[in-house]
Amino acid sequence: MNRLTGRNLTIAYGNKVIIEDLDIEIPDKKITSIIGPNGCGKSTLLKALCRLLPIKKGKIALDGTDINKSASKEIAKKIAILPQSPEVADGLTVGELVSYGRYPYQKGFGRLVPEDVEVIDWALQVTGITEFKHRIINDLSGGQKQRVWIAMALAQKTDIIFLDEPTTFLDIAHQLEILELIKELNQKQQTTIVMVLHDINQAIRFSDYMITMKDGEVITQGNIPEVLSSQLLAEVFQIDAELMQDKLTGKPMIANYQLVNRKYSKVEIK
Amino acid sequence: MELKNKIPFHFSIIFTIACIILVITFWISIVYGNADIDTSTILNAIFNYDPEDVNHNIIIDVRIPRDIGALLVGVALAVSGAGIQSVTRNSLADPSLIGLNSGAALMLALTYAVSPVITFPLLILTGFIGAMLGGTMVLMIGSSRKDGFNPVRLILAGAAVSALLSAASQAIALYFRLNQSLIFWSSGGVSGTTWQQLYTGIPVVAIIVVIFILISGQLSILNLGESIAKGLGQNVKLIRPGTMLLSMLLAGISVAIVGQIAFVGLMVPHISRFLVGTDYKKVIPLTAVLGGCLVVGADTVARLMGEAPVSAIISFIGVPYFLYLIKKGGRTI
Repeated sequence: MNRLTGRNLTIAYGNKVIIEDLDIEIPDKKITSIIGPNGCGKSTLLKALCRLLPIKKGKIALDGTDINKSASKEIAKKIAILPQSPEVADGLTVGELVSYGRYPYQKGFGRLVPEDVEVIDWALQVTGITEFKHRIINDLSGGQKQRVWIAMALAQKTDIIFLDEPTTFLDIAHQLEILELIKELNQKQQTTIVMVLHDINQAIRFSDYMITMKDGEVITQGNIPEVLSSQLLAEVFQIDAELMQDKLTGKPMIANYQLVNRKYSKVEIK
Repeated sequence: MELKNKIPFHFSIIFTIACIILVITFWISIVYGNADIDTSTILNAIFNYDPEDVNHNIIIDVRIPRDIGALLVGVALAVSGAGIQSVTRNSLADPSLIGLNSGAALMLALTYAVSPVITFPLLILTGFIGAMLGGTMVLMIGSSRKDGFNPVRLILAGAAVSALLSAASQAIALYFRLNQSLIFWSSGGVSGTTWQQLYTGIPVVAIIVVIFILISGQLSILNLGESIAKGLGQNVKLIRPGTMLLSMLLAGISVAIVGQIAFVGLMVPHISRFLVGTDYKKVIPLTAVLGGCLVVGADTVARLMGEAPVSAIISFIGVPYFLYLIKKGGRTI
């Protein structure tokens, strides 16, 4: 049985129900990507699964206990979250931000004990930013900043990491760097990764398990070779796509895609 | 032009220098005044107080309480500003700019209208309630988005609400013929500070500032934004309103002691962050000391300029600084 599961979830913003009666299971020690069109509720689901968003009905269980009824700091020792494009105050240094990842373990005034320092140095090293420790975060490039945030999540020493569109605003090389880093974490530390991604090919290439959503419902969830099909892409994304084999990775990839309903693609521009 | 301190100096060095500057400013402030009193007389007044000596009376009953008052208000307003800036993640926030001061002044005007004789602790409480009233109105109008506060919208709401509350104070003053005491609040000055006020003011401000120092680590986490703070397991629902209430209390006390002084809570946290970075464990203590320096120093200058209102002296520096921040875009911090 997997550690993180959701049963009969209903999630709403105010009175607007986004997701209704949804069941979900996150496979341990694997990389799971949630994909779907804009507004399908994928970010909403991600936030609810890591208790950033309250749920109206149902239960999200981690190791059998309800995460919305557990002490938030205890959950923060098991799940780390990297929200979409977080902003940081001017003047904050890399070392300071990464040290905030130790917050769940601190009591009282929050002094760093030797163990904290050790973990922080490890997190900096794994993400390859040790040399930036004393630099101001806002002086770094987008890709470096994202590494800093991942280092903070690592400093939480959790078994599960959630990432909401971790590659947004990055160029293709930095996107790959970040995804490679995430993959390495999964393989070396056995970290369970759950992320929302926009790029279908990247989702296929870097994850083991895929959850596809549309209009607040999960259409499929499962290992990628079993769930991925042209029909699925047509149903979820309204695209007509060919599935080919990526020569580099041996995994499937989508190519030659166009809108199923080509009315929009043939609008004449005068 | 982007001001950026590339190498934040070591915190303990900066903090020590700030403390030395505060002591010097404080001493200068005791020495200089309308009556020419030399250093030995001042030391005598402090250590061998003679109630018959007029100069001793001036030092003990006028200058020292006035300087401690200025120190207290400087500390209170600066720390209040740092608290509000971290809660709203808004670098333009300041107790006066988000309606705390005008709210407190309104409630004090009302209180004086109802009962001219009122004890100082009750006055502080009234100021606090007023600050809550003003602050709540501004925050409700100024926060439209789920993720927080648009910096400039908050300031616009603050300006509008402050204008309304100040108009209400003036209406009350006119109706109850309170003009004399109200001018004192709206112009802001520490000249009338009494020991009676300080006996209540010192412990209350000291306790709140100590609480702020104890929760400064929490403020750093809160300043990362709601999602990250919650993700790290912070009880945002407790820390945020708690910090806001403490900030309002500090603003309320300041108004009860000196009336309205703007921009201290805006400028001082900025200067602190420029010097030591954004970690609130460093920002809060430094802000407290620098806030004291600013108001004590400004009050000395005001006195040397023939009893100009201290608030005017501070606005003279504060307004250009505020405009500079606006030009920079007042982005979230």
